[in-house]
Formats: sequence, structure tokens, C-alpha cells
Amino acid sequence: MSKTNLTRRGVLKSGAVAGAGVALPTIFTASSAAAYTNEPTGGTVTLGFNVPQTGPYADEGADELRAYELAVEHLNGEGDGGMMPTFSSKELQGNGILGKKVNFVTGDTQTKSDAARASAKSMIEKDGAIMISGGSSSGVAVAVQGLCQEAGVIFMAGLTHSNDTTGKDKKANGFRHFFNGYMSAAALAPVLKNLYGTDRKAYHLTADYTWGWTQQESIAAATEAMGWETVNNVLTPLAATDFSSYIAPVLNSGADVLVLNHYGGNMVNSLTNAVQFGLRNKQVNGKNFEIVVPLFSRLMARGAGENIKGIVGSTNWHWSLQDEGSKAFVKSFGTKYGFPPSQAAHTVYCQTLLYADAAQRAGTFNPCGIVEALEGFEFDGLGNGKTLYRAEDHQCFKDVLVVKGKENPTSEFDLLEVVEVTPAAQVTYPPDHPMFAGGALGTCNPGA
Amino acid sequence: MDGIILQILNGLDKGSAYALIALGLTLIFGTLGVVNFAHGALFMIGAFCAVFVQRLLNLSFETVDPGKTDFLGNPSMVKTPYIESWFGHDIGSAIIDWSVPLAVLFSIPVMILIGFVMERGLIKHFYKREHADQILVTFGLAIVLQEVIKAFYGANPIQTPAPEALSGIATLADGIVYPVWRIVYFCFATVIIGGVFAFLRFTTFGMVVRAGMEDRETVGLLGINIDRRFTIMFGIAAAVAGMAGVMYGPINAPNYHMGMDFLVLSFVVVVVGGMGSLPGAVAAGFLLGILESFASTTWATTTIPGINQIIIYLVAIIILLTRPRGLLGKKGVME
Repeated sequence: MSKTNLTRRGVLKSGAVAGAGVALPTIFTASSAAAYTNEPTGGTVTLGFNVPQTGPYADEGADELRAYELAVEHLNGEGDGGMMPTFSSKELQGNGILGKKVNFVTGDTQTKSDAARASAKSMIEKDGAIMISGGSSSGVAVAVQGLCQEAGVIFMAGLTHSNDTTGKDKKANGFRHFFNGYMSAAALAPVLKNLYGTDRKAYHLTADYTWGWTQQESIAAATEAMGWETVNNVLTPLAATDFSSYIAPVLNSGADVLVLNHYGGNMVNSLTNAVQFGLRNKQVNGKNFEIVVPLFSRLMARGAGENIKGIVGSTNWHWSLQDEGSKAFVKSFGTKYGFPPSQAAHTVYCQTLLYADAAQRAGTFNPCGIVEALEGFEFDGLGNGKTLYRAEDHQCFKDVLVVKGKENPTSEFDLLEVVEVTPAAQVTYPPDHPMFAGGALGTCNPGA
Repeated sequence: MDGIILQILNGLDKGSAYALIALGLTLIFGTLGVVNFAHGALFMIGAFCAVFVQRLLNLSFETVDPGKTDFLGNPSMVKTPYIESWFGHDIGSAIIDWSVPLAVLFSIPVMILIGFVMERGLIKHFYKREHADQILVTFGLAIVLQEVIKAFYGANPIQTPAPEALSGIATLADGIVYPVWRIVYFCFATVIIGGVFAFLRFTTFGMVVRAGMEDRETVGLLGINIDRRFTIMFGIAAAVAGMAGVMYGPINAPNYHMGMDFLVLSFVVVVVGGMGSLPGAVAAGFLLGILESFASTTWATTTIPGINQIIIYLVAIIILLTRPRGLLGKKGVME
């Protein structure tokens, strides 16, 4: 029988030393081995798509998800490749990103900033998402962009139109392909001048949140510069449903143009109410009364039904465009889903491809590498002509479409007609423009 | 002056919707003692009855139009509603044009049935529970109902236009124009409210219900099945909310969330009018509708920014502090 010198104290000491020894590699490797947040180590890379799956913008969110799914298919070499063959950069080969198969996870923003941040956080921390994309509201985009900057992942914004997203709230890790309120106004002003003249009195109804404020400021400045007078600007609650109380004062205000700085359900209801009150058939100051909706979406136009006919607005992209990129995307999306894509679908598809291409060109998923690859990147073939991702504010500059509600639609999708493609140069502004002042881009954050 | 008249008309119009929903809420509370937070969902389902009838009447068969192509370049399909092929283009399109008034007729039996199922299947199990339990279960039901509607019809608003003959604007006086359908809505609400009051006042059924609202036990002891009558009243309240929703469709395009938009305001209307008081609910509905309209004017929002968003709640606070039973509420009821 052998005797062992096993004592309680000895066991405790040995255990503590052994435990520290086992833990040591993890303590150091957990943070030091990964150069950046969620560095992919296996054969796959995970992207996080954060869209409204519930709430008032759920239909737009659903269309965005379809486009994301299509983009992932194309990146992984499935399907017809969509816009990959027409994209001016030829880095993407249909073998994933940097040889890793692309997976994705989805989150529900509910079009609420808190919920959007929570779902983005969950995708980053639990699912290991290396990039977050999506959103159908500027409030949500600004909130999630801030979170991604802190977390050290790239944010490729979806549908966000407020000047603030790439203005006072811009972040180095965030990139916006969609246009903004200033660009809408710059594109619309010359068309409005041609259609309605320079002697006009405009009455604005404005959604009372970041997008509404910047949209109103932009369109008022652009129209006043060409001679229009802004008679009044009334802020309306985002939760408003019946706008009759706001429309009635327009009737006797002396205004001959109503500008509806509304989007989504607000736009559908305010436009419907304005038409009900006979504004479309009214004559004021010897001129026909006109209604302008600065930001249009085909999905929203469908909600407004007949009321949208003849109303002028702007849009980021439209499926009827005849460039090779747009045709390829419409064919790919339409064949898979049976109907043409919305502007929201187009922009998130582009964002996914642009991220993948940037990673491919940079040779890394490191957010700082991606930022470097996207800053100042010029490309073509994604449906809006030659486009620049400006380094100073991470805003895309491309052609903007001025559209009008079609008088005789041939199908339920054929609701808008493009009246002018405004060249990118006409909607470009200096990075230090006062409407985009305040806040700094900062430096990229790789996290980890 | 024109502006004031227009805002009064707007207020009466908004008030009509509030009053119709609040009337149903009060009927249910007065008879069954249940605070029904699913009542806004019944208003929303009513509006979607109009969407359903519109789509039913527009059911079409497709034929190929070789002269046109769709967005993918394939031959385009032309849709012809069955109803137009059966009755001819003129009659068929006229029937489709009048889909909202037809939906009112459709909604009555549908909403009564939904009311019965809701009351017998769920709410009756909560009669003896706390009001908080009733609110929770009916609020949960409202969320379920709106998600079901969203699953079928999507999240975007769907237009249900008024018949062309009732779509224009009416000139009420020099310089005062108002949408015809909004006038129709106000008249419709007045008729429905009057009808409910007349039903309760001049029919034997109504007399028994009123007696039951006063003293349920005594009426029961007289051998009258008061529970059955109260269930029928739940169905009638559902039908009133449903018809209000159908007729509201041409004013604002139905969407799955519209019930919630109205529910909270209507509940405040009931509290301000006095819990259980039918005349109070109607009076408060119109009163708060008019106040809300005036609070949304440029003058009001410039003088007190944000007043348009808080006016109804401000009035509710003042009423509850100074007269807890509400404007026309009975002493001792939820005081």
C-alpha cells in the first residue's frame, strides 16, 4: 500500500495553479488573437441584416430581406449573379467573400431605435455578425450606426434619407448608399421651377422628427433660392393619422403649393386628406394648386392609390431604369419573387455587394481595411450611373431620379414615371455644408 | 371665421369616430362590466371588411394581351373582374365603385359573429376577474387580431375609396368647402348613434337591457336570461365598431394598426364622458374631437407648442381631478 501526501491545502494550491494555467491562454487570446470584432475564423462569414419585420414599415423590411437573400445567393455563386457582372469592380467571383461562404442572420428593428439597437447588438455579440446593414428609418439608422461604431463593426445603411445620417451623426464605420434630403431638394428644385414657375407660395407640413426637419429645411432652402416663398411650416406628430385639421388651414392660407414632408403612413394619409379637401382641383393666385412629396417610394405610392397621380417627388432608384445594372437586378429579383424590386431592395442589395467588394479589395474583414477600401471608391454598373463613396462623410453621390405619379398605370407596379435623371454633380454639396455641420466622422474602430 | 367652421366640422368628423367606438366600449362596460381593450381591433377589422369586399368584387380572370409586355418582357396579362363579365362593364364597375357601402351590409353579420365568438370564447371567462386582468387579456387579443390582419394584408395602408358620386367636395357656404364623404360619415354616425339609443329606449329588448344595467340580479330573479341579452349587446357593440371602421376607410386608408391609434383616445373619451354613460361617451367623443381639431391649428401650436399632442390627455386629467365620475357619469361608478 503506497502512501500519498495528499492534503486539503495541497489540493487547493494545485487546483488554483492548474486553473490559472488553463485560463491563461484564454485570458490573453480572447482579445489579443482577434485583431478586430468577430474576426471570421472558420469557412464562413456572417452578415447581420437588421430590418423592420414588424411595425408600419414591415413591407419595406420584407422587400429588403428579399434583396439581402438574393445578394447572399449571388455572392455565394448561386443564381444568375444579378448585378455582379455589371458592377465595374470585378473582384467578386461568386465564391463568397475572401473565399468564405456568406451566411446571414436577421433582426427586427420594429422601426424603433431601442429595438433596432438591441437586435443589432444581439447579432454582433451572439451571432458574430461582422457587418450590420438595414433600416427603414433615419432615427433607427442613426442609432444603429452609433452602436456599430462603438462595437467595431461596419454599418451599411439601408433606407435613411435624413441629412443627419451623414451629417452631424456621421460615423467612420458607417456608409450610406441612399440619397438624402438635400439631394432630393437639389434635384427637385429645377424640375419644380420648370413645371410650376418661380412665383409660388409654399405651405409645408412636416413630420416632427429628424428626417422631417432636415427634409423641410432642404426643400425650403432650394425652393426659396429659386423665388418661392415659404408661407408656413407646420410640424405634425409622427403618430398623426387624420391630417384634416392640418389641411384645413392650407385652404385659406394664400399658399398655392403644399409640400408634404411626410413618409410612409403619414404620407399616404396626408396626401389622401389633401386630395379629399379638393386641393388638386383648386385655383389660388390664378394658378393651379400643386402638391409636392419630396421623397417617394413605390411601396408607399401603392398605399396612396389614385391620389398619387401627377404628384412630383424624388426617389433613389426605380425598376424602370434601362441601364444594364438595373435591368440585371430587376430580372434577377423579378424572376425569383414575381414582382419588381423597390428602391429599398435596390439600395440594400448594392450595400451588400459594396461591402463584399470592399473586403475583397482590402483582403481583410478588418473594419479599418473596409473603411479604407470604401472611402473615395468610385464605381458604376449598380443602377445609378457613376457613383462616388465620398471619403469625408461616407455619403454616396450618384444621379437622383425625379418622378411623378403615373396618370395611366399599366400594372400595380407601374405607379411612378421618371421625369428627370438629375446628374450627380447637380446634387453634390461640399462636406462642410451648413446643413451637414456639427459632429465629426472620427476614426474607424476595429473593436476587439 | 371660415377656418373656425372648418375646424368645427373636422372636430365633428373625428368626434364621430371617437363617439362610435366609445359608444361600443360603454355598452360593453355598462352591460358586462368588462373594459374591452380589443374594441379598437373591432374597428380595424370593420375597415378590413371593406378591403375584403373590395378584393372580392375585384376577383378577376386573366387573359394574355399580346400587345403588351410585363416588367420582365413576358406577355402581359389583362385582368377582368368576374363581376364585369357577368353583369356587363357598366353595372359591374358600378357595383365595384360602391364596394364600401356594400361592405357596411357585409360587416354587420360578420362583426356580430366575431363579437359572439369573442365574448363566448374568451371574455366571459374574465367577468369575475379584476379589471386589470380584463384589460390585459383584451389588449393581448387586440395585438393578436392586428397581427393576423397584417399577416393577410401586409403592413402598408390599402385604399378603399368612396363611391365616385360621394367623393368630391361640397360647397357649404361662400369659401367653405368640405369633403362629401366626411359629411356622409358624420350623418352615418349620427344615424347609428340615434339608432342605438332608440333601440335601447323604445324596444322591450332595450328596456330589459337597461334594467339589467341598473340591477342585473333583480332582472335575473324575474326569470329573464339577462346574460344572453348582454351577449347580444356585445355583438351589437362589435357591429357598431365594425360599421364605423368600414365607413372610415375612405377617409384614411385602412392599415392593421388603425385600431390601436383609436383605442387609447376612445378609452379617454369614455372616461371623460363617464364610465357606463352612453350619452356621456357620445358627448365626450364630439367634444374631444373638436378640441383636438382646434389644438392642431397653426395658432394653437404656435402659442403652445405640442398642445395638439396632449390636449385630450390634458382635458382628461382636468376632468378626473375636478369630476372623477366624468361629464355624465353616475355617482359611484369608477369614481
